Amino acid sequence: METFDIVFYIFATLTIVSAFVVVFTKNIMYAAFSLLFTFIGVAALYVLLHADFLAVTQILIYVGGILVLLLFGVMLTNNVVSVDIKTGTLNTIPALVAAAVIVGSLAAVFYMTWSTVGEPATAPTATTRAIGELLMTGYALPFEVASVVLLAALIGAALMARRTRKP
Amino acid sequence: MSVPLPYYLALSAVLFTIGVVGVLVRRNVIVVFMAIELMLNSVNLTLVAFSSFLGDVTGQALVFFVMAVAAAEAAVGLAIVIAVYRNKPTVHLDDINILKW
Repeated sequence: METFDIVFYIFATLTIVSAFVVVFTKNIMYAAFSLLFTFIGVAALYVLLHADFLAVTQILIYVGGILVLLLFGVMLTNNVVSVDIKTGTLNTIPALVAAAVIVGSLAAVFYMTWSTVGEPATAPTATTRAIGELLMTGYALPFEVASVVLLAALIGAALMARRTRKP
Repeated sequence: MSVPLPYYLALSAVLFTIGVVGVLVRRNVIVVFMAIELMLNSVNLTLVAFSSFLGDVTGQALVFFVMAVAAAEAAVGLAIVIAVYRNKPTVHLDDINILKW
């Protein structure tokens, strides 16, 4: 086992364990902070997959944007001093059945198809230029649509979260 | 790159299943959001793994769009949560049933 494998196992364990903590902890703040470790673990796996640009983007968007947004949501909707921040679970048995079905179908697909994918690719190359060229040529229309989606989400979120003025 | 592709796929399948369990089991809206982010992350990981192993950068461009939609979803979803919380101070999913008659 070489260093690469060890690093992969370390970050895979970090990702899975912190994802478990996100879902099963009682305290929402602990869930939010362990979501940070999940995002960092996934970013490290991107680095291991030679996706350097996406690893940086993962840190910037998920940790810098979405996680901070989620923390604001926790802070705005929970009375931090009370015990209301702790929440329970429900529907455990049906959820476990559904999860078993999903993991079974995923495992079936993965068992039937993984051997068709070849050997790992070549030496690592920088992907930023290739992604940029792809976004500006073949995926130019989806790129513009994504910007419109983000603008609409920005305006809609600001409009909905704002306190409505009484007439 | 010595770790084979199925390891990445299995990892993201496990991550996706944890996210599904989180969406189904938890009753707090914000934790459900976090579980949705977990699922999106696992799909992104699958896309990046295939992109890297196939030597095609298209998967990484798709991850870019998934991230954009995830950011929009989180912003709008939290705005809805805050708007609901203002009218009815709860974040428990089984208490938010005013659309049910």
